[in-house]
Amino acid sequence: MTTAPDVRAPLPPAPAAAVPARRRRSSDNLVLGLGGVATFAALLEVIPRTGLVDDRYLPPLSSMLSALADRVQTPEFWEALRQTLTTWGFGLGIALVVGVVLGVVIGSVEILRAATATTIEFLRPIPSVALIPLAVLLYGTSMQSTLLLVVYASFWQVLVQVLYGVRDVDPVARETARSYRFSRLSQIRTVTWPTTLPYAMTGLRLAAAVALILTITGELIIGTPGLGNLIAVAQTSGAVDSMYALVLVTGALGVLVNILARRLERRVLRWHPSVRRESAS
Amino acid sequence: MSVRHALRTVVLALTLPVVLVAAWWFATADSTSFYFPPLAEIVETFQPTWLEDPVASSRIVTEALPSLGRLTVGYLLALVAGVALGVAIGSSAKLRAFTEPVLEFFRAVPPPVLIPILMLFAGIGTQMKILVIMWGCIWPILLNTVEGVRGLDEVLRDTARCYRMRRTSMLFHMIIRGASPQIVTGARQALSIAIILMVISEMFAANNGLGFTIVQFQRSFAIPEMWSGIILLGLLGVALSLIFRAVEWPVLAWYRGYRQAQRGGN
Repeated sequence: MTTAPDVRAPLPPAPAAAVPARRRRSSDNLVLGLGGVATFAALLEVIPRTGLVDDRYLPPLSSMLSALADRVQTPEFWEALRQTLTTWGFGLGIALVVGVVLGVVIGSVEILRAATATTIEFLRPIPSVALIPLAVLLYGTSMQSTLLLVVYASFWQVLVQVLYGVRDVDPVARETARSYRFSRLSQIRTVTWPTTLPYAMTGLRLAAAVALILTITGELIIGTPGLGNLIAVAQTSGAVDSMYALVLVTGALGVLVNILARRLERRVLRWHPSVRRESAS
Repeated sequence: MSVRHALRTVVLALTLPVVLVAAWWFATADSTSFYFPPLAEIVETFQPTWLEDPVASSRIVTEALPSLGRLTVGYLLALVAGVALGVAIGSSAKLRAFTEPVLEFFRAVPPPVLIPILMLFAGIGTQMKILVIMWGCIWPILLNTVEGVRGLDEVLRDTARCYRMRRTSMLFHMIIRGASPQIVTGARQALSIAIILMVISEMFAANNGLGFTIVQFQRSFAIPEMWSGIILLGLLGVALSLIFRAVEWPVLAWYRGYRQAQRGGN
Protein backbone atom coordinates (compact mmCIF):
# COMPACT_ATOMS: atom_id res chain seq x y z
CA MET A 1 0.00 0.00 0.00
CA THR A 2 1.40 3.41 -0.78
CA THR A 3 0.82 5.79 2.03
CA ALA A 4 -0.72 8.68 0.19
CA PRO A 5 -2.54 7.82 -3.02
CA ASP A 6 -2.92 10.55 -5.60
CA VAL A 7 -6.20 11.83 -4.28
CA ARG A 8 -7.18 14.48 -1.88
CA ALA A 9 -7.43 12.60 1.36
CA PRO A 10 -11.07 11.83 2.15
CA LEU A 11 -12.46 14.19 4.72
CA PRO A 12 -13.62 12.83 8.02
CA PRO A 13 -17.42 12.85 8.14
CA ALA A 14 -18.73 16.11 9.50
CA PRO A 15 -20.23 15.74 12.94
CA ALA A 16 -24.00 15.83 12.76
CA ALA A 17 -24.96 19.33 13.78
CA ALA A 18 -28.36 20.90 14.12
CA VAL A 19 -29.65 21.66 10.63
CA PRO A 20 -30.33 25.42 10.99
CA ALA A 21 -26.81 26.08 12.27
CA ARG A 22 -25.34 24.15 9.37
CA ARG A 23 -27.42 26.03 6.88
CA ARG A 24 -26.51 29.36 8.41
CA ARG A 25 -22.83 28.50 8.32
CA SER A 26 -22.93 27.41 4.69
CA SER A 27 -24.74 30.60 3.66
CA ASP A 28 -22.16 32.58 5.66
CA ASN A 29 -19.45 30.81 3.72
CA LEU A 30 -21.19 31.61 0.48
CA VAL A 31 -21.30 35.30 1.35
CA LEU A 32 -17.63 35.25 2.36
CA GLY A 33 -16.70 33.44 -0.84
CA LEU A 34 -18.58 35.94 -2.97
CA GLY A 35 -16.87 38.70 -1.01
CA GLY A 36 -13.52 37.13 -1.87
CA VAL A 37 -14.36 37.02 -5.56
CA ALA A 38 -15.59 40.62 -5.46
CA THR A 39 -12.40 41.76 -3.67
CA PHE A 40 -10.26 39.98 -6.23
CA ALA A 41 -12.21 41.53 -9.10
CA ALA A 42 -11.93 44.98 -7.53
CA LEU A 43 -8.16 44.57 -7.09
CA LEU A 44 -7.86 43.52 -10.72
CA GLU A 45 -9.67 46.72 -11.71
CA VAL A 46 -7.94 49.13 -9.32
CA ILE A 47 -4.30 48.01 -9.47
CA PRO A 48 -3.80 48.74 -13.18
CA ARG A 49 -5.86 51.95 -12.98
CA THR A 50 -3.71 53.40 -10.20
CA GLY A 51 -0.60 52.59 -12.20
CA LEU A 52 0.78 50.18 -9.59
CA VAL A 53 1.28 47.77 -12.45
CA ASP A 54 1.74 48.93 -16.03
CA ASP A 55 -1.66 48.59 -17.72
CA ARG A 56 0.02 47.46 -20.92
CA TYR A 57 0.94 44.30 -18.98
CA LEU A 58 -2.15 43.97 -16.82
CA PRO A 59 -5.19 45.74 -18.24
CA PRO A 60 -8.04 46.51 -15.81
CA LEU A 61 -10.74 43.88 -15.49
CA SER A 62 -13.27 46.04 -17.33
CA SER A 63 -11.18 46.07 -20.51
CA MET A 64 -10.65 42.32 -20.24
CA LEU A 65 -14.39 41.85 -19.98
CA SER A 66 -15.17 44.16 -22.89
CA ALA A 67 -12.58 42.27 -24.98
CA LEU A 68 -14.34 39.08 -23.94
CA ALA A 69 -17.69 40.52 -24.97
CA ASP A 70 -16.23 41.30 -28.40
CA ARG A 71 -14.78 37.84 -28.72
CA VAL A 72 -17.98 36.09 -27.77
CA GLN A 73 -19.73 37.65 -30.75
CA THR A 74 -17.31 36.13 -33.26
CA PRO A 75 -17.99 32.66 -34.70
CA GLU A 76 -14.23 32.10 -34.49
CA PHE A 77 -14.42 31.97 -30.69
CA TRP A 78 -17.20 29.39 -30.60
CA GLU A 79 -15.45 27.30 -33.22
CA ALA A 80 -12.26 27.32 -31.11
CA LEU A 81 -14.23 26.41 -28.00
CA ARG A 82 -15.87 23.54 -29.85
CA GLN A 83 -12.50 22.27 -31.09
CA THR A 84 -10.99 22.43 -27.61
CA LEU A 85 -13.91 20.54 -26.11
CA THR A 86 -13.79 17.95 -28.90
CA THR A 87 -10.09 17.23 -28.39
CA TRP A 88 -10.62 17.10 -24.64
CA GLY A 89 -13.63 14.81 -24.87
CA PHE A 90 -12.10 12.38 -27.34
CA GLY A 91 -8.82 12.23 -25.45
CA LEU A 92 -10.50 11.67 -22.11
CA GLY A 93 -12.86 9.07 -23.58
CA ILE A 94 -10.09 7.01 -25.16
CA ALA A 95 -7.94 7.22 -22.04
CA LEU A 96 -10.88 6.20 -19.85
CA VAL A 97 -11.84 3.14 -21.88
CA VAL A 98 -8.28 1.90 -22.37
CA GLY A 99 -7.32 2.67 -18.77
CA VAL A 100 -10.30 0.90 -17.23
CA VAL A 101 -10.07 -2.19 -19.44
CA LEU A 102 -6.32 -2.60 -19.02
CA GLY A 103 -6.53 -1.79 -15.31
CA VAL A 104 -9.19 -4.42 -14.62
CA VAL A 105 -7.41 -7.08 -16.69
CA ILE A 106 -3.96 -6.41 -15.24
CA GLY A 107 -5.28 -6.01 -11.72
CA SER A 108 -7.25 -9.27 -11.77
CA VAL A 109 -4.40 -11.48 -12.93
CA GLU A 110 -1.72 -11.87 -10.28
CA ILE A 111 1.16 -12.59 -12.64
CA LEU A 112 0.34 -9.68 -14.96
CA ARG A 113 0.22 -7.35 -11.99
CA ALA A 114 3.64 -8.42 -10.75
CA ALA A 115 5.12 -8.24 -14.23
CA THR A 116 3.82 -4.76 -15.06
CA ALA A 117 4.30 -3.02 -11.69
CA THR A 118 7.82 -1.72 -12.28
CA THR A 119 7.18 -0.89 -15.91
CA ILE A 120 4.17 1.21 -14.97
CA GLU A 121 6.11 2.95 -12.22
CA PHE A 122 8.82 3.67 -14.76
CA LEU A 123 6.62 4.86 -17.64
CA ARG A 124 4.24 6.99 -15.59
CA PRO A 125 6.61 9.81 -14.63
CA ILE A 126 7.78 10.28 -18.23
CA PRO A 127 6.50 13.77 -18.94
CA SER A 128 3.85 13.81 -21.65
CA VAL A 129 5.28 16.98 -23.14
CA ALA A 130 8.39 15.03 -24.13
CA LEU A 131 6.19 13.61 -26.88
CA ILE A 132 5.49 17.03 -28.41
CA PRO A 133 8.29 16.89 -31.03
CA LEU A 134 7.26 13.39 -32.05
CA ALA A 135 3.60 14.39 -32.28
CA VAL A 136 4.50 17.36 -34.47
CA LEU A 137 6.53 15.18 -36.82
CA LEU A 138 3.82 12.56 -37.09
CA TYR A 139 0.69 14.66 -37.29
CA GLY A 140 1.79 18.25 -37.89
CA THR A 141 -0.60 20.78 -36.41
CA SER A 142 -3.70 18.64 -36.77
CA MET A 143 -5.89 17.63 -33.85
CA GLN A 144 -4.24 14.20 -33.62
CA SER A 145 -0.97 15.59 -32.26
CA THR A 146 -2.70 17.18 -29.28
CA LEU A 147 -4.87 14.10 -28.90
CA LEU A 148 -1.73 11.96 -28.55
CA LEU A 149 -0.55 14.09 -25.60
CA VAL A 150 -3.97 14.16 -23.98
CA VAL A 151 -4.47 10.40 -24.19
CA TYR A 152 -0.96 9.65 -22.92
CA ALA A 153 -1.24 11.97 -19.93
CA SER A 154 -4.75 11.07 -18.80
CA PHE A 155 -4.39 7.32 -19.41
CA TRP A 156 -1.97 6.94 -16.49
CA GLN A 157 -4.30 8.75 -14.09
CA VAL A 158 -7.11 6.29 -14.86
CA LEU A 159 -4.95 3.17 -15.01
CA VAL A 160 -3.22 3.74 -11.68
CA GLN A 161 -6.46 4.47 -9.85
CA VAL A 162 -8.18 1.40 -11.33
CA LEU A 163 -5.22 -0.74 -10.27
CA TYR A 164 -5.52 0.60 -6.71
CA GLY A 165 -9.22 -0.19 -6.83
CA VAL A 166 -8.86 -3.78 -8.03
CA ARG A 167 -6.29 -4.39 -5.30
CA ASP A 168 -8.75 -3.15 -2.72
CA VAL A 169 -11.32 -5.91 -3.39
CA ASP A 170 -12.38 -7.68 -0.20
CA PRO A 171 -10.63 -11.10 -0.23
CA VAL A 172 -13.60 -12.77 1.47
CA ALA A 173 -15.98 -11.53 -1.22
CA ARG A 174 -13.63 -12.72 -3.89
CA GLU A 175 -13.18 -16.15 -2.32
CA THR A 176 -16.93 -16.45 -1.86
CA ALA A 177 -17.55 -15.69 -5.51
CA ARG A 178 -14.94 -18.27 -6.44
CA SER A 179 -16.46 -20.89 -4.18
CA TYR A 180 -19.79 -20.40 -5.86
CA ARG A 181 -18.05 -20.89 -9.18
CA PHE A 182 -18.84 -17.48 -10.58
CA SER A 183 -17.42 -17.16 -14.05
CA ARG A 184 -14.51 -14.75 -14.51
CA LEU A 185 -16.80 -12.25 -16.17
CA SER A 186 -19.47 -12.27 -13.50
CA GLN A 187 -16.76 -12.11 -10.82
CA ILE A 188 -15.57 -8.90 -12.44
CA ARG A 189 -19.11 -7.57 -12.79
CA THR A 190 -20.37 -8.36 -9.30
CA VAL A 191 -17.26 -8.24 -7.10
CA THR A 192 -14.40 -6.36 -8.73
CA TRP A 193 -16.30 -3.58 -10.45
CA PRO A 194 -18.32 -2.22 -7.50
CA THR A 195 -15.11 -1.93 -5.47
CA THR A 196 -13.18 -0.38 -8.33
CA LEU A 197 -15.81 2.13 -9.39
CA PRO A 198 -15.05 4.76 -6.69
CA TYR A 199 -11.37 4.60 -7.60
CA ALA A 200 -12.17 4.79 -11.30
CA MET A 201 -14.28 7.89 -10.65
CA THR A 202 -11.36 9.50 -8.80
CA GLY A 203 -9.21 8.61 -11.79
CA LEU A 204 -11.77 10.18 -14.11
CA ARG A 205 -11.85 13.38 -12.07
CA LEU A 206 -8.05 13.70 -12.08
CA ALA A 207 -7.84 12.75 -15.75
CA ALA A 208 -10.47 15.31 -16.75
CA ALA A 209 -8.36 18.12 -15.29
CA VAL A 210 -5.10 16.78 -16.74
CA ALA A 211 -6.72 16.32 -20.16
CA LEU A 212 -7.83 19.95 -20.20
CA ILE A 213 -4.33 21.15 -19.29
CA LEU A 214 -2.76 19.07 -22.05
CA THR A 215 -5.40 20.10 -24.60
CA ILE A 216 -4.66 23.78 -24.01
CA THR A 217 -0.91 23.10 -23.90
CA GLY A 218 -0.97 21.30 -27.24
CA GLU A 219 -2.96 24.11 -28.82
CA LEU A 220 -0.63 26.73 -27.37
CA ILE A 221 2.69 25.07 -28.23
CA ILE A 222 1.94 22.95 -31.28
CA GLY A 223 -0.70 25.25 -32.72
CA THR A 224 -3.57 22.83 -33.21
CA PRO A 225 -6.81 24.78 -33.55
CA GLY A 226 -8.61 25.69 -30.31
CA LEU A 227 -8.64 28.17 -27.43
CA GLY A 228 -4.93 27.72 -26.69
CA ASN A 229 -4.11 28.64 -30.24
CA LEU A 230 -6.26 31.78 -29.99
CA ILE A 231 -4.23 32.77 -26.92
CA ALA A 232 -0.99 32.29 -28.85
CA VAL A 233 -2.33 34.39 -31.73
CA ALA A 234 -3.50 37.14 -29.34
CA GLN A 235 -0.08 37.11 -27.72
CA THR A 236 1.89 37.46 -30.95
CA SER A 237 -0.40 40.21 -32.20
CA GLY A 238 -0.09 42.11 -28.91
CA ALA A 239 -3.81 41.98 -28.10
CA VAL A 240 -3.24 41.89 -24.34
CA ASP A 241 -6.88 42.50 -23.33
CA SER A 242 -8.00 39.68 -25.54
CA MET A 243 -5.31 37.35 -24.26
CA TYR A 244 -6.38 37.90 -20.64
CA ALA A 245 -10.01 37.43 -21.65
CA LEU A 246 -9.20 34.05 -23.20
CA VAL A 247 -7.17 33.02 -20.15
CA LEU A 248 -10.21 33.82 -18.00
CA VAL A 249 -12.26 31.58 -20.30
CA THR A 250 -9.84 28.67 -19.90
CA GLY A 251 -9.96 29.14 -16.13
CA ALA A 252 -13.75 29.12 -16.17
CA LEU A 253 -13.63 25.99 -18.31
CA GLY A 254 -11.33 24.37 -15.74
CA VAL A 255 -13.69 25.23 -12.87
CA LEU A 256 -16.63 23.88 -14.86
CA VAL A 257 -14.82 20.61 -15.60
CA ASN A 258 -13.99 20.18 -11.89
CA ILE A 259 -17.56 20.87 -10.79
CA LEU A 260 -19.08 18.56 -13.40
CA ALA A 261 -16.64 15.77 -12.54
CA ARG A 262 -17.54 16.05 -8.85
CA ARG A 263 -21.26 16.06 -9.64
CA LEU A 264 -20.87 13.00 -11.82
CA GLU A 265 -18.86 11.26 -9.12
CA ARG A 266 -21.55 11.83 -6.51
CA ARG A 267 -24.28 10.74 -8.87
CA VAL A 268 -22.62 7.54 -10.04
CA LEU A 269 -21.60 6.64 -6.50
CA ARG A 270 -24.82 7.60 -4.76
CA TRP A 271 -25.19 3.99 -3.54
CA HIS A 272 -21.70 4.05 -2.04
CA PRO A 273 -21.41 4.32 1.77
CA SER A 274 -19.00 7.28 1.65
CA VAL A 275 -21.43 9.43 -0.36
CA ARG A 276 -24.49 8.27 1.57
CA ARG A 277 -22.88 9.06 4.90
CA GLU A 278 -21.95 12.52 3.70
CA SER A 279 -25.47 13.38 2.57
CA ALA A 280 -27.08 11.83 5.66
CA SER A 281 -25.11 13.85 8.20
CA MET B 1 11.83 -20.19 -0.01
CA SER B 2 12.31 -16.49 0.60
CA VAL B 3 15.29 -16.44 -1.76
CA ARG B 4 13.18 -18.10 -4.43
CA HIS B 5 10.41 -15.66 -3.73
CA ALA B 6 12.74 -12.67 -4.04
CA LEU B 7 14.21 -14.12 -7.22
CA ARG B 8 10.75 -14.56 -8.67
CA THR B 9 9.86 -10.94 -7.87
CA VAL B 10 13.03 -9.66 -9.53
CA VAL B 11 12.55 -11.79 -12.63
CA LEU B 12 8.91 -10.75 -12.94
CA ALA B 13 9.81 -7.10 -12.46
CA LEU B 14 12.52 -7.16 -15.09
CA THR B 15 10.87 -9.32 -17.75
CA LEU B 16 8.47 -6.80 -19.21
CA PRO B 17 10.92 -3.87 -19.46
CA VAL B 18 13.46 -6.15 -21.14
CA VAL B 19 10.82 -7.49 -23.52
CA LEU B 20 9.63 -3.99 -24.39
CA VAL B 21 13.11 -2.64 -25.06
CA ALA B 22 13.98 -5.75 -27.08
CA ALA B 23 10.75 -5.38 -29.06
CA TRP B 24 11.63 -1.76 -29.81
CA TRP B 25 15.20 -2.73 -30.70
CA PHE B 26 14.26 -5.50 -33.12
CA ALA B 27 11.16 -3.91 -34.57
CA THR B 28 13.21 -0.89 -35.66
CA ALA B 29 16.44 -2.81 -36.31
CA ASP B 30 16.35 -2.35 -40.05
CA SER B 31 13.82 0.41 -40.07
CA THR B 32 14.06 2.75 -43.00
CA SER B 33 11.30 4.94 -41.66
CA PHE B 34 12.57 8.48 -41.29
CA TYR B 35 10.66 9.15 -38.07
CA PHE B 36 11.43 5.86 -36.35
CA PRO B 37 15.18 5.25 -36.67
CA PRO B 38 16.66 2.03 -35.29
CA LEU B 39 17.02 2.10 -31.51
CA ALA B 40 20.68 1.17 -31.95
CA GLU B 41 21.22 4.41 -33.84
CA ILE B 42 19.44 6.45 -31.13
CA VAL B 43 21.61 4.90 -28.44
CA GLU B 44 24.72 5.62 -30.50
CA THR B 45 23.79 9.28 -30.91
CA PHE B 46 22.98 9.67 -27.22
CA GLN B 47 26.55 9.95 -26.03
CA PRO B 48 27.90 12.37 -28.68
CA THR B 49 24.74 14.46 -28.47
CA TRP B 50 24.62 14.96 -24.73
CA LEU B 51 27.94 13.90 -23.24
CA GLU B 52 30.69 14.83 -25.69
CA ASP B 53 34.17 15.75 -24.43
CA PRO B 54 34.92 17.91 -22.59
CA VAL B 55 32.00 17.46 -20.24
CA ALA B 56 31.98 21.14 -19.28
CA SER B 57 30.88 22.16 -22.78
CA SER B 58 28.63 19.18 -23.47
CA ARG B 59 24.91 19.71 -23.83
CA ILE B 60 24.12 18.06 -20.55
CA VAL B 61 25.92 20.94 -18.81
CA THR B 62 24.96 23.78 -21.12
CA GLU B 63 21.31 22.80 -21.70
CA ALA B 64 20.09 20.32 -19.10
CA LEU B 65 21.63 21.91 -16.02
CA PRO B 66 20.04 25.36 -16.51
CA SER B 67 16.67 23.64 -16.99
CA LEU B 68 17.12 21.61 -13.84
CA GLY B 69 18.25 24.69 -11.92
CA ARG B 70 15.11 26.61 -12.90
CA LEU B 71 12.97 23.61 -12.02
CA THR B 72 14.55 23.30 -8.57
CA VAL B 73 14.34 26.99 -7.71
CA GLY B 74 10.76 27.39 -8.94
CA TYR B 75 9.60 24.21 -7.23
CA LEU B 76 11.21 24.99 -3.88
CA LEU B 77 9.87 28.56 -3.88
CA ALA B 78 6.40 27.17 -4.59
CA LEU B 79 6.78 24.62 -1.80
CA VAL B 80 7.75 27.21 0.81
CA ALA B 81 5.17 29.78 -0.27
CA GLY B 82 2.44 27.16 -0.71
CA VAL B 83 2.93 25.64 2.74
CA ALA B 84 3.22 29.03 4.45
CA LEU B 85 0.08 30.43 2.82
CA GLY B 86 -1.71 27.12 3.23
CA VAL B 87 -1.07 27.06 6.99
CA ALA B 88 -2.25 30.66 7.31
CA ILE B 89 -5.42 30.10 5.30
CA GLY B 90 -6.15 26.67 6.75
CA SER B 91 -5.98 27.91 10.34
CA SER B 92 -8.85 30.35 9.96
CA ALA B 93 -12.28 29.22 8.86
CA LYS B 94 -13.25 32.74 7.80
CA LEU B 95 -10.16 33.29 5.69
CA ARG B 96 -10.67 29.89 4.11
CA ALA B 97 -14.23 30.64 3.08
CA PHE B 98 -13.15 34.06 1.83
CA THR B 99 -10.34 32.82 -0.41
CA GLU B 100 -11.60 29.42 -1.51
CA PRO B 101 -13.48 30.33 -4.74
CA VAL B 102 -10.62 32.52 -5.99
CA LEU B 103 -8.03 29.87 -5.23
CA GLU B 104 -10.10 27.19 -6.93
CA PHE B 105 -10.25 29.40 -9.99
CA PHE B 106 -6.49 29.91 -10.00
CA ARG B 107 -5.94 26.21 -9.70
CA ALA B 108 -8.30 25.51 -12.60
CA VAL B 109 -6.48 27.83 -15.00
CA PRO B 110 -4.30 25.52 -17.11
CA PRO B 111 -0.78 26.60 -16.04
CA PRO B 112 0.73 26.77 -19.56
CA VAL B 113 -1.46 29.77 -20.49
CA LEU B 114 0.51 31.75 -17.92
CA ILE B 115 3.58 31.64 -20.11
CA PRO B 116 2.35 34.35 -22.49
CA ILE B 117 1.14 36.43 -19.53
CA LEU B 118 4.32 36.20 -17.51
CA MET B 119 6.35 36.89 -20.65
CA LEU B 120 4.82 40.36 -20.64
CA PHE B 121 6.17 41.03 -17.17
CA ALA B 122 9.47 39.21 -17.18
CA GLY B 123 10.53 38.77 -20.80
CA ILE B 124 11.71 35.38 -21.92
CA GLY B 125 14.63 34.99 -19.53
CA THR B 126 15.30 32.71 -16.60
CA GLN B 127 13.13 34.82 -14.32
CA MET B 128 10.02 34.20 -16.40
CA LYS B 129 10.55 30.45 -16.41
CA ILE B 130 11.07 30.28 -12.67
CA LEU B 131 7.92 32.37 -12.17
CA VAL B 132 5.92 30.10 -14.47
CA ILE B 133 7.08 26.97 -12.66
CA MET B 134 6.41 28.51 -9.27
CA TRP B 135 2.97 29.78 -10.22
CA GLY B 136 1.93 26.43 -11.65
CA CYS B 137 3.22 24.43 -8.69
CA ILE B 138 1.88 26.55 -5.87
CA TRP B 139 -1.84 25.76 -6.24
CA PRO B 140 -1.85 22.00 -5.64
CA ILE B 141 0.53 22.48 -2.69
CA LEU B 142 -1.46 25.38 -1.25
CA LEU B 143 -4.89 23.77 -1.56
CA ASN B 144 -3.72 20.43 -0.19
CA THR B 145 -2.04 22.15 2.74
CA VAL B 146 -5.29 23.98 3.50
CA GLU B 147 -7.15 20.65 3.49
CA GLY B 148 -4.49 19.07 5.69
CA VAL B 149 -4.49 21.84 8.26
CA ARG B 150 -8.28 21.85 8.30
CA GLY B 151 -8.40 18.10 8.92
CA LEU B 152 -6.12 18.22 11.97
CA ASP B 153 -7.39 16.39 15.00
CA GLU B 154 -9.13 18.85 17.34
CA VAL B 155 -8.07 16.88 20.39
CA LEU B 156 -4.45 17.13 19.30
CA ARG B 157 -4.78 20.87 18.94
CA ASP B 158 -6.39 21.28 22.36
CA THR B 159 -3.81 19.02 23.98
CA ALA B 160 -0.99 21.05 22.53
CA ARG B 161 -2.63 24.21 23.84
CA CYS B 162 -3.16 22.73 27.31
CA TYR B 163 0.50 21.82 27.53
CA ARG B 164 1.31 25.39 26.52
CA MET B 165 3.40 24.43 23.54
CA ARG B 166 5.15 27.41 22.08
CA ARG B 167 3.70 28.75 18.87
CA THR B 168 6.73 27.87 16.76
CA SER B 169 6.98 24.33 18.05
CA MET B 170 3.24 23.96 17.62
CA LEU B 171 3.63 25.08 14.02
CA PHE B 172 6.42 22.68 13.17
CA HIS B 173 5.63 19.70 15.37
CA MET B 174 1.89 19.68 15.17
CA ILE B 175 0.44 21.67 12.29
CA ILE B 176 2.95 21.02 9.51
CA ARG B 177 3.66 17.49 10.71
CA GLY B 178 0.00 16.67 10.98
CA ALA B 179 -0.76 18.07 7.55
CA SER B 180 2.28 16.44 5.94
CA PRO B 181 0.43 13.54 4.26
CA GLN B 182 -1.68 16.03 2.33
CA ILE B 183 1.27 18.36 1.73
CA VAL B 184 3.20 15.44 0.23
CA THR B 185 0.25 14.57 -2.03
CA GLY B 186 0.14 18.16 -3.25
CA ALA B 187 3.91 18.27 -3.68
CA ARG B 188 3.79 15.14 -5.81
CA GLN B 189 1.14 16.62 -8.12
CA ALA B 190 3.19 19.80 -8.30
CA LEU B 191 6.33 17.94 -9.32
CA SER B 192 4.79 16.58 -12.50
CA ILE B 193 3.39 20.05 -13.27
CA ALA B 194 6.87 21.49 -12.70
CA ILE B 195 8.43 19.18 -15.29
CA ILE B 196 5.73 19.99 -17.84
CA LEU B 197 6.19 23.71 -17.31
CA MET B 198 9.98 23.48 -17.41
CA VAL B 199 9.83 21.83 -20.83
CA ILE B 200 7.13 23.92 -22.46
CA SER B 201 8.32 27.27 -21.13
CA GLU B 202 11.50 26.47 -23.07
CA MET B 203 9.63 25.24 -26.11
CA PHE B 204 7.55 28.40 -26.22
CA ALA B 205 10.34 30.95 -25.96
CA ALA B 206 13.95 30.41 -25.00
CA ASN B 207 17.49 30.28 -26.19
CA ASN B 208 18.68 27.39 -24.08
CA GLY B 209 17.34 24.47 -22.10
CA LEU B 210 16.24 20.92 -22.72
CA GLY B 211 12.86 21.73 -24.26
CA PHE B 212 14.47 24.29 -26.57
CA THR B 213 17.18 21.87 -27.70
CA ILE B 214 14.76 19.04 -28.44
CA VAL B 215 12.53 21.31 -30.49
CA GLN B 216 15.60 22.55 -32.38
CA PHE B 217 16.47 18.95 -33.24
CA GLN B 218 12.92 18.35 -34.41
CA ARG B 219 12.85 21.49 -36.56
CA SER B 220 16.16 20.62 -38.20
CA PHE B 221 14.97 17.04 -38.71
CA ALA B 222 17.81 15.59 -36.62
CA ILE B 223 15.56 12.66 -35.75
CA PRO B 224 17.90 10.31 -33.80
CA GLU B 225 19.07 13.31 -31.74
CA MET B 226 15.45 14.25 -31.08
CA TRP B 227 14.68 10.72 -29.90
CA SER B 228 17.72 10.78 -27.63
CA GLY B 229 16.36 13.99 -26.12
CA ILE B 230 12.95 12.41 -25.54
CA ILE B 231 14.66 9.50 -23.80
CA LEU B 232 16.72 11.91 -21.68
CA LEU B 233 13.54 13.73 -20.61
CA GLY B 234 11.97 10.40 -19.71
CA LEU B 235 14.97 9.40 -17.62
CA LEU B 236 14.84 12.79 -15.93
CA GLY B 237 11.18 12.31 -15.03
CA VAL B 238 11.92 8.91 -13.55
CA ALA B 239 14.95 10.20 -11.63
CA LEU B 240 12.96 13.08 -10.13
CA SER B 241 10.18 10.77 -9.02
CA LEU B 242 12.73 8.45 -7.39
CA ILE B 243 14.27 11.40 -5.54
CA PHE B 244 10.80 12.46 -4.45
CA ARG B 245 10.11 9.00 -3.10
CA ALA B 246 13.41 8.95 -1.22
CA VAL B 247 12.44 12.22 0.50
CA GLU B 248 8.85 11.16 1.12
CA TRP B 249 9.79 7.89 2.82
CA PRO B 250 11.35 9.32 6.01
CA VAL B 251 9.00 12.32 6.08
CA LEU B 252 5.93 10.09 6.24
CA ALA B 253 7.42 7.29 8.36
CA TRP B 254 5.28 8.29 11.35
CA TYR B 255 2.16 8.27 9.20
CA ARG B 256 2.71 4.74 7.93
CA GLY B 257 3.12 3.49 11.48
CA TYR B 258 0.01 5.38 12.57
CA ARG B 259 -2.11 3.93 9.78
CA GLN B 260 -0.94 0.44 10.51
CA ALA B 261 -1.70 0.83 14.19
CA GLN B 262 -5.18 2.08 13.31
CA ARG B 263 -5.84 -0.96 11.17
CA GLY B 264 -5.10 -3.33 14.02
CA GLY B 265 -1.35 -3.42 13.54
CA ASN B 266 0.31 -6.14 11.60
